[in-house]
Amino acid sequence: MRNDVEATAPRPDRTGSGLRVEDATVRYPGRTASTLAVDDVTLGVEAGEVLALLGPSGCGKSSLLRAVAGLEPMAGGRVLWGGVDLTRVPVHRRGFGLMFQDGQLFPHRDVAGNVAYGLRGTSFGATRASRAERVAEMLDLVGLDGFGARSISTLSGGQAQRVALARALAPQPRLLLLDEPLSSLDRRLREELAVDVARVLREAGTTALYVTHDHDEAFAVADRVAVMIDGRVRRVAGPAELVADLGDAEVAEFLGLGS
Amino acid sequence: MWTLAVVVPLVFLAAFFAYPVAAIVARGFVANGALDLGGFADVLGDPRTWRVVAHTLEQAVAGTVLAVVLAVPGAYVLYRCSWPGRGLVRGLVAVPFVLPSVVVGVAFRALLASHGPLGFLGLDRSFPAIVAALVFFNYGLAVRLIGTVWERLDPRTEQAARTLGASPARAFLTVTLPALGPAIASAASLVFLFCATAFAVVLVLGGQRYATVEVEIWLRTTQFLDLRTASVLSVIQLVVVAVALWVSARARSRGERALRLVEAGRAVRPLRPLRSPVDAVTAALTALVVALVALPLLTLVVRSFRRDGAWTLANYAALSGTGRAGGGGSALTVSVWAAAQNSLRIAVDATLLALVVGITLSLVLSRRPRRPFARRAIGALDSAVMLPLGVSAVTVGFGFLIALDRPPLDLRSSLVLIPIAQAMVAIPLVVRTILPVLRAIDPRLRQAAAVLGAAPGRVLATVDLPLALRSIGLAAGFAFAVSLGEFGATSFLARPDRPTLPVVIFRLLGRPGEGNYEMAVAASVVLAVVVGVVMTTAERLRPAGTGEL
Repeated sequence: MRNDVEATAPRPDRTGSGLRVEDATVRYPGRTASTLAVDDVTLGVEAGEVLALLGPSGCGKSSLLRAVAGLEPMAGGRVLWGGVDLTRVPVHRRGFGLMFQDGQLFPHRDVAGNVAYGLRGTSFGATRASRAERVAEMLDLVGLDGFGARSISTLSGGQAQRVALARALAPQPRLLLLDEPLSSLDRRLREELAVDVARVLREAGTTALYVTHDHDEAFAVADRVAVMIDGRVRRVAGPAELVADLGDAEVAEFLGLGS
Repeated sequence: MWTLAVVVPLVFLAAFFAYPVAAIVARGFVANGALDLGGFADVLGDPRTWRVVAHTLEQAVAGTVLAVVLAVPGAYVLYRCSWPGRGLVRGLVAVPFVLPSVVVGVAFRALLASHGPLGFLGLDRSFPAIVAALVFFNYGLAVRLIGTVWERLDPRTEQAARTLGASPARAFLTVTLPALGPAIASAASLVFLFCATAFAVVLVLGGQRYATVEVEIWLRTTQFLDLRTASVLSVIQLVVVAVALWVSARARSRGERALRLVEAGRAVRPLRPLRSPVDAVTAALTALVVALVALPLLTLVVRSFRRDGAWTLANYAALSGTGRAGGGGSALTVSVWAAAQNSLRIAVDATLLALVVGITLSLVLSRRPRRPFARRAIGALDSAVMLPLGVSAVTVGFGFLIALDRPPLDLRSSLVLIPIAQAMVAIPLVVRTILPVLRAIDPRLRQAAAVLGAAPGRVLATVDLPLALRSIGLAAGFAFAVSLGEFGATSFLARPDRPTLPVVIFRLLGRPGEGNYEMAVAASVVLAVVVGVVMTTAERLRPAGTGEL
């Protein structure tokens, strides 16, 4: 099955640029038996590409994302960036960014304090002026110019997610992971923000892995879409190609595009 | 780093809790190197033992029932209803719980003594006096525990019952009361625990006549030097406390089961004593209880300014002296002010110790590791830490006395013993204050920091610390206040030349001599004021929405 997927997908550049996940397996220990959340997944994201990881809830897509971030230990497999194995590298040294579903902004820091948090140790964090400049630049990018001094508790849901995006992008991570970043918002806001996120990712030239259960969102944001069902990646293709050729019946059923 | 964080508090608890307790058990069960149940049989065969146990249970049950029954209407008026001045009365009701128990004893003696405001009742040094003092002590706690749940109970459930034809009384009995059940049970078991381990209040008000297990342990140790009987009694007390703790934990976990809760304040409505008979009755009852809570405090203050029927500051002036004893000697070895200085110095040390151990423990216990082994280890540590929670101060003091005066740990003559004992009493409070706040931090907030490049140390400094800072301040205040007023453990350990303020107050009470009693009253006011100031300062730091202790 996995080999089929690889055959139909546009081949990622194998010279080693970008993210490569090899045979990733994530297991959750239970009282009696452990559950297999991610089942031997191999996946690549090219530098500069946005890949959507699309699947129903409970399919293991968030677990895979967290394993890439280093937040979930893997029972097997490897995570590589530019050909370098990161599997044993702790979270804070991977140089990846993660945007949580509900933002997880630090309630005790203002907007600017949140956005500046990740700048320590980067070229933007050298001086107070360079930090402030970067924060302003990021807030401008997400359309929240002048929000720096605002307290987190005064933000609306959509504004909070914009701040979370700015915070994740500020240190210029080599890979941005987005975990259902819009699913806690209402429908209208979600559609509006999906377009914005796509624009921001393009403008920043970010390599991104975008987890979602909403195919409209996936199609709006991503260059390629990987469909994940029951812990396995079943199909990887560009949006147009995916709609033209659904692959198997289960994928078609999930996408709601079956005959 | 985590290894160190686990090992340091564990070593501390092992040396200053497990080891003394083991020493107590050994004293009771082992004689001449062999298992000997003779001591146990002797003590259990002595009718005095059963009288003491019966006294303990009678006092604790009576105190608990009365405190909780009065606390239900109190919680309604003070938490479910709003009215001008509510905050002030809530503050007043919370005062007794933080008062040093010696002070409460002195206040009730002042109230009930033959020349006191309620002297005509003839209740001085009686069973009702002890129960009244226990209720005085714990009423505020029970009101708070029940009230903080009640103020968040969704009123629509009761309204649904009313629309189904239930009378207000039936709606209360069938909907509200069952919902409050776990909170009431939890409050009752905690109050029972405090009543059953009450020491100084009973010692001051009841003396030998109404001795409880705690008092009996103290009497056996300090008056009769009968360490074996004291050990057996300590084991009995440990069992009583363990059972009460277990019941309390069960009640608490039941209380965490789904209740329909709304944001605090949304369910609160104005108190209408003129229109609603329920409001009128509960408000009147609560007003009466509040007056009875205020009375001993007022009497104490007034009495401290009176001598020989006239107003005077002489009682306070006398605090720089050492009191009087028969034959022209003095009642004390040092002046009251010197003792107060000792108390402050010891309290600073005890607070630092309690904070270091308590914060480290809270950090470890707040983590949820993924490995099943580590998870189980934390669960075990959790219960191990909560064990000293209920162990009475008297047991701690007694255990230190018999365990730490010989190798391998010979600290008897060392000045660190009292701060360590007081820290042992304060640590559970510190953990209980900080741990819930740390546990409430979404683990993903720490993950967000890590993903942004923060190493574990920076996560601790920029996420955990700022969010827990207020609770750490509150815990420091708790620990300081507890240490200042601590009497149970200190009474076993204080050296005659370096007494603390509560010890001096107790000594003054026991020495007949002109002006000694008045000095004790004035010193009690001083102690109460210092503790009160520390607590009000700390209370301002209380994080919103944490009600527990």
